[in-house]
Amino acid sequence: MIGLEVLYVIGGAFFAAISVLSARDATNPKRWKNTAFWGLFAVSFLFGSHLSDFANGLVVIAMVLTAGFGGLGVGLPATTGPEERRESALRLGNRLFLPALAIPLTALTGTFLFKRPELAGLVDPKQATLVSLILGVFVALAIAMPMLRAKPITPLQEGRRLLDTVGWAAVLPQMLAALGAVFAAAGVGTAIGQIASDWLPSGSQLAAVVAYTFGMAIFTMIMGNAFAAFPVMTAGIGLPLIVLHFGGDPAIMGAIGMLSGFCGTLMTPMAANFNIVPAALLELKDRNGVIRAQVPTAILLLLANTALMYVLVFRF
Amino acid sequence: MLSLIGIVVVVVGFMARMNPLLVVTVAALVTGVAGGMGPVQIIETFGKAFQENRYVSVVWVVLPVIGLLERAGLQERAKTLIGQIQAATTGRLLLLYFVLRQATAALGLTSLGGHAQMVRPLIAPMAEAAAETHHGPLDDDTRQSIRAHTAAVDNIALFFGEDIFIAIASILLIKGFLEQNGILVEPLQLSVWAIPTAFCALAIHGTRLMLLDRHLARTLGAR
Repeated sequence: MIGLEVLYVIGGAFFAAISVLSARDATNPKRWKNTAFWGLFAVSFLFGSHLSDFANGLVVIAMVLTAGFGGLGVGLPATTGPEERRESALRLGNRLFLPALAIPLTALTGTFLFKRPELAGLVDPKQATLVSLILGVFVALAIAMPMLRAKPITPLQEGRRLLDTVGWAAVLPQMLAALGAVFAAAGVGTAIGQIASDWLPSGSQLAAVVAYTFGMAIFTMIMGNAFAAFPVMTAGIGLPLIVLHFGGDPAIMGAIGMLSGFCGTLMTPMAANFNIVPAALLELKDRNGVIRAQVPTAILLLLANTALMYVLVFRF
Repeated sequence: MLSLIGIVVVVVGFMARMNPLLVVTVAALVTGVAGGMGPVQIIETFGKAFQENRYVSVVWVVLPVIGLLERAGLQERAKTLIGQIQAATTGRLLLLYFVLRQATAALGLTSLGGHAQMVRPLIAPMAEAAAETHHGPLDDDTRQSIRAHTAAVDNIALFFGEDIFIAIASILLIKGFLEQNGILVEPLQLSVWAIPTAFCALAIHGTRLMLLDRHLARTLGAR
């Protein structure tokens, strides 16, 4: 059955290739750091499931020590210049969109197909979307390679060009997930829940709603993830106060509470895959540029959520 | 309470613009020690969670094909296409993408967008091209701001669309949590109450995108 393990081998092979190509790129003054960093990441992908937890931890720490001081370098793989690109775009026209759109279309079709009972057993149904997305990459390559008459090494070199612009930020989302696990094991969530319930404003319905929606947003900003904030804030404020004390509707509380957390996600560098990674991918000079663009909407929407919950939760 | 010291490390480290990988690692060590864990146990917890979350980074495998298409002029073609449409302004284009992204996410089709697959190769160059059509060549700050807005549209439309779909992770988490506390709700009951916020998000961000057009017209002038 095709599941995560197969995807990890594919990912590991890609990062290993990046490591080797980085080693051979003399234009990158920090090429040995890039080689080590992506090589270690490849080790984690290829062998992570078989290594002990401690060994996996050492691999991560080695990666952090490699990239943490002075960062990684940026290689200069041979690519096309602006003029060549304009000519190529003129020559190929809208055919260029075909491989680009093949990725989401394959992802979409696969997600549906692989969940059908006839095809059960072929692909792990829990990973159908991710497997289909990676399948889409291969479909797109199968269309693009002959169309562009590209050499086999070209996609890997172009992939390295993009991965180098993202740099260490590519690993940050996974690092933050690991930090979340340490937070949970050390009891950070319970400590914050304790603070929230100690400071709990009692008496007014409005105060309870405000404490819950803003608490969700703030705690999400700290943890980088509304999923981590939801159980803590709901056990600390939502359930005891809004539902049990004031008789609010639990479905409305839960739904709008989670969406208040999402407002927090828009405002924190801790949600790296949504905020920091795209800033790197779009080559923004300001690491927090995407967050800056989102903050006004996030604050207005948090106020809207608070108003919606106050109006709806005690009425249904 | 001592375990909260890791949060202080994170906030100070991010504000001081230190390397986030270092900040996160130090925060994990400090939190673990404060929470009474031994160094070996901390490294084990960290390594196990890192390994279990590798699926987050699998998505980078799309970069070779995106890079290959960029090399062949995909961004330039996307720009040409939008430049031909006079009605396309940056704000309107982003609003259209917002609506499409939110609507497809509401149907559970969250994989149709994304920063690596959609925003960098297609939407961002289109948004820049639309601004160039109406206002002439862009200065660097404007270009950066348009790109940041493009990424923001992808995020906001996704976040406030996906919860309308009944089988999305967050809905299942809410249902599971309430169930543990003896309250049974159907996923449909939860997803219905995500709809008012979805409309608020569209109204608020849609307005901001229209204001972005006005801002571009005011600062850059007409071509």
